[in-house]
Amino acid sequence: MSPAETALAASPAAAAAAAPNAEGLARDGRAERLALLGLASPALLLVLVILVVPVAWLFYVSFIGADGSFSLENYERMINRKSYARIFYTTFEISFLTTGICILIGYPLAYFLSQLPPRVANLCLITVLLPFWTSLLVRTYAWLVLLQKSGLVNEWGISAGLWEEPLKLVHNTTGTLIGMVHIMLPFLVLPVYSAMRAIDRRYLMAAANLGAGPVRAFWTVFAPLSLPGLFAGSLIVFVLCLGFFVTPAVLGGGKVIMVSMKIASNIELFVNWGAASALGVVLLVTTLVILWVAARFVALERLAGGGH
Amino acid sequence: MTERPASALPITIRAMTKTYGRVHALDQVDLDIRSGEFLTLLGPSGSGKTTLLMVLAGFTRPDSGSLKFGDTEVIRMPPHRRDLGMVFQNYALFPHMTVAGNIAYPLRLRGIGRAEREARVVRALETVQLGGYGGRRIDQLSGGQRQRVALARAIVFEPRILLMDEPLSALDKKLRDRMQIELRHLHEQLGMTTVYVTHDQREALTMSDRIAVIDHGRLMQLGAPREIYDRPANRFVADFIGESAFLPVRRKGAEILCAGRPLATESPAPEGEKLLAILRPERLQLLDGSVPPEINAFPATVSELVYQGDSFLMAARLEDGTELTLRDVVRRDTFAELPGPGSAVTLGLHARDTVLIPDDGAGAAP
Ligand SMILES: Nc1ncnc2c1ncn2[C@@H]1O[C@H](COP(=O)(O)OP(=O)(O)O)[C@@H](O)[C@H]1O
Ligand SMILES: [Mg+2]
Repeated sequence: MSPAETALAASPAAAAAAAPNAEGLARDGRAERLALLGLASPALLLVLVILVVPVAWLFYVSFIGADGSFSLENYERMINRKSYARIFYTTFEISFLTTGICILIGYPLAYFLSQLPPRVANLCLITVLLPFWTSLLVRTYAWLVLLQKSGLVNEWGISAGLWEEPLKLVHNTTGTLIGMVHIMLPFLVLPVYSAMRAIDRRYLMAAANLGAGPVRAFWTVFAPLSLPGLFAGSLIVFVLCLGFFVTPAVLGGGKVIMVSMKIASNIELFVNWGAASALGVVLLVTTLVILWVAARFVALERLAGGGH
Repeated sequence: MTERPASALPITIRAMTKTYGRVHALDQVDLDIRSGEFLTLLGPSGSGKTTLLMVLAGFTRPDSGSLKFGDTEVIRMPPHRRDLGMVFQNYALFPHMTVAGNIAYPLRLRGIGRAEREARVVRALETVQLGGYGGRRIDQLSGGQRQRVALARAIVFEPRILLMDEPLSALDKKLRDRMQIELRHLHEQLGMTTVYVTHDQREALTMSDRIAVIDHGRLMQLGAPREIYDRPANRFVADFIGESAFLPVRRKGAEILCAGRPLATESPAPEGEKLLAILRPERLQLLDGSVPPEINAFPATVSELVYQGDSFLMAARLEDGTELTLRDVVRRDTFAELPGPGSAVTLGLHARDTVLIPDDGAGAAP
């Protein structure tokens, strides 16, 4: 640096001339960020109080043994006892089956709805959403009434000559699945439907123009484009199923024991908060892992551009 | 190596009619498109251009009419069997496939083997000057590149007819100008019958072998660009393509009179007593002194002089109140000497450029 330049840089007047108002603008920027933080703070506080603190507490309690000291016994019990493995297996099995059946019923239903004129489709969507307006418990007990030995379903089936003996439709896996699919279906149909509605009709026109008949166009263009919606819907259903309580408890008749029910019995019967918390932690962590893997999977698919 | 289709196909459209409620999107359109020509459908927005193209592609079912590709009646044939290439207005490239996947799609549907498919994709990409872009995702492309991919996808299966619906409307002006020339070259190279839709008259004049001007679902004029521009058949065409002022004239015996003075013309005047003379700004000239017999002179008063860089506009008012505009190139030495507002001038129009059309009364209200 020449002496003249040093002199220039050292002069505050020269610096101000080169970058006018820089200091004032920087101060305004800081003030703005602070104001934003101030606006966000009630929400942050709420999240902290109702989410972060309870989850941290859950973690803490899960490491407290029966004698009140720090121990890993709650987790050890889960690994050592066969019954726990069985419960986790049942939970995943029911969740997988429910999700699968929901896809089989919900995807065609969403497709059908998406092809209707928007007004009619909206009316039909209301009927899909109608179950949300009645209580979960009421709906579950309604199924109990319908599916029991002398219930409507069995009566109709026998009088129509479809089967002879009353079928065992409730207090088992079948009943649980029927109830859970009924309750979960809207969670699948809604995202799939909106993904399908968002598919530009012109893609299908382009496919037809390039030589694809309706069936080819569906499988090569429509189905792949609806996949993100199907994926989102399936994920929601699966995760909701993992923690589901009421329906398996009522319709499973004690034969279908899922993690949530074990948590309840640990508290109600054994008043063992540590064991219940440990189950909750494992369920939470599993769910997070599934979500993480799923997010990875979707990102990879996007990177590959799909199609091949 | 060029991809020359086995043959191009002529298209015959007869009495094509489509109504939406009270709107006639197509009103008894008859149009013969020659084999291998570049024909442009030109008209204002809402005139029925897209509707006609969608009828050709099979996506819009007309109320009535006949459509033949070559000798085959196709009006009731479903779109996927018509075997024509199409570039959609928003390109409609499949977002879940790569560039190569998009272009290979029509080839896969036609059961073409992998090796040949790949070779043809590469060739199509080179044809549209996108060599090496096969692996890109669609959302990684610019507007101009998407346009080229859509074009490659439309020509890769060597259709004998190519349809394009305003393919350049989303591009900026410079790119649009370049693509117009490129599309024109590509058409010369491939030779398929091409139907091109635009509302941009300059684009139509630049690219087409012939232009079909349509308005309110009706064919207004069909002809080569020069014919459409120099000999418009009616007021709508003269007004829509280029700028023009209209001067009412009358037929009296064998003469055409304009404000009492005879008007020299070279082409025969249309039928009828009441006619309009078309005055294009760039065909008018500034006269000084003597008037040669082949020039029609119009005395006027300058109302405005506008400098536009390469050219200037002079607005002038005739005695009867008609506003005329004259455009000429700006020459450094003479611009300063041009008559300013208020000056009396004489505008001249060569008999060759004096075109008469019937005065159908349409568009009379300003
Ligand atoms: N699906 C439709 N429903 C109702 N009216 C339509 C439909 N498609 C086109 N039209 C009408 O038909 C006329 C021609 O439309 P279009 O062919 O899209 O014109 P352009 O492509 O020349 O702008 C317009 O008046 C338009 O409003
Ligand atoms: Mg259009």
